[in-house]
Amino acid sequence: MPSLKDLKNRIGSVKSTQKITSAMKMVAASKLRRAQEAVEASRPYAERMDRMMSAMAAAFEEGDYTPKMIRGTGEDKVRLIVVITSDRGLCGGLNSGMVRTVRRDLQSLAADGKEVKLICVGRKGRDLLRREYGSLIIDAHEDVGKTQSAYEVATTISEKMARMYEDGGYDIGSVYYSKFKSVISQEVTLQQLVPVPPPAVPEEEEVIIGRTVQEEPKVEYEFEPDQEQVLAALLPRNLTVQVYRALLESGASEQGARMTAMDNATRNAGEMINNLTLTYNRTRQAYITNELIEIISGAEAL
Amino acid sequence: MAERLEFELVSPEQLLVSQPAEMVVIPGGEGYYGVLAGHIPMITTVKPGVIEMYNEGHVTDRIFVTGGFTEVSQTRCTVLVDSAVKVRQIDREKAEQDVRNFKEDVEDATNETEREAAEARLEIARARFEAVVRFGGPQQTPSGSTAPPSAGGSSH
Repeated sequence: MPSLKDLKNRIGSVKSTQKITSAMKMVAASKLRRAQEAVEASRPYAERMDRMMSAMAAAFEEGDYTPKMIRGTGEDKVRLIVVITSDRGLCGGLNSGMVRTVRRDLQSLAADGKEVKLICVGRKGRDLLRREYGSLIIDAHEDVGKTQSAYEVATTISEKMARMYEDGGYDIGSVYYSKFKSVISQEVTLQQLVPVPPPAVPEEEEVIIGRTVQEEPKVEYEFEPDQEQVLAALLPRNLTVQVYRALLESGASEQGARMTAMDNATRNAGEMINNLTLTYNRTRQAYITNELIEIISGAEAL
Repeated sequence: MAERLEFELVSPEQLLVSQPAEMVVIPGGEGYYGVLAGHIPMITTVKPGVIEMYNEGHVTDRIFVTGGFTEVSQTRCTVLVDSAVKVRQIDREKAEQDVRNFKEDVEDATNETEREAAEARLEIARARFEAVVRFGGPQQTPSGSTAPPSAGGSSH
């Protein structure tokens, strides 16, 4: 039987752990709000960028010059993959889930004989992938939103991607990020960035964001300086916006996942405290009963 | 009173301005141009420079932008920029210092990509400094913008 003192210490330590987890939950909740605001704030730009892109796409005719970034290289040998994870742990299965998916996909790509290059964003992903795939990692970023704003990081990554693509460094570039579905649910999402995928059937969410703004009659645009140059400038910018969106989504996911994880931890700690308190009280009572028995039997013996 | 158009200025981090204006002057890739309501639909690039908003015949706001795109339609003028700041909020000394620093960067660049990046920064810094020199004085009309534009690189 554990001694009363041990139990008391145990309860004390669980209580302080609970304090920490509940504080972390609060912090995550307030950071989540900010992250969500950042996602909201980035939407107008992305929406208008989409509108411009589709206006451009509509203006293009068969036989026009198409930049490499839309046309593709016509091959599929080298893949560039951007993996976005968080810098810190204690956010449930977010990072391990991400890394598991990436690993599985890397294995199947390797089985197909494709060469892979990795860019890691976030300390966790880099640490988890480094042992197996260290030689594939060509670049790593961390402290997104601390030393550098998310947009700066997005710019750095997208510029690198564009430059490498022009130099023939890879054939297909894509990004893995955690899509923020709700506070309790984040989804590992794979999105192709380069070559720019043809406008597919819009996803549910995009219908809500993109189409409710205003449905407009199709208009013919003029371009200045000319279509080619505008497109040449627009494409890298669009890439940046996509990366930026992925970074923000992942940021919100991280806080959401942490909030849920810490909420669970707090609840578990509470349960544990209840159990321990019960044991503590039972033990205390047992001791008292024992002592009473001793006293009584001692008195009877006289 | 003249017809107005919806003017929007958007940076990746937020919607900076969304308000009606009589005319907007934009630093396009091929030179400054003014947009009035009923303009022919067009998409252009934007160079580092100053956007001027006109209302009732006067300039109501001058905003320095670092480059991006404009989409003009019959009733609307949307400018997508990397970052924007009101001209009167630019620190003149810092702008001047930036020009000097970036000039050095261009000279110090060791390879082509570095030099290109430094030159792009220098161009922005020069345009910013010019903007302060030309319009840095106090403005006649206080602005009525809904969201005060701030430096695009603000942290989250």
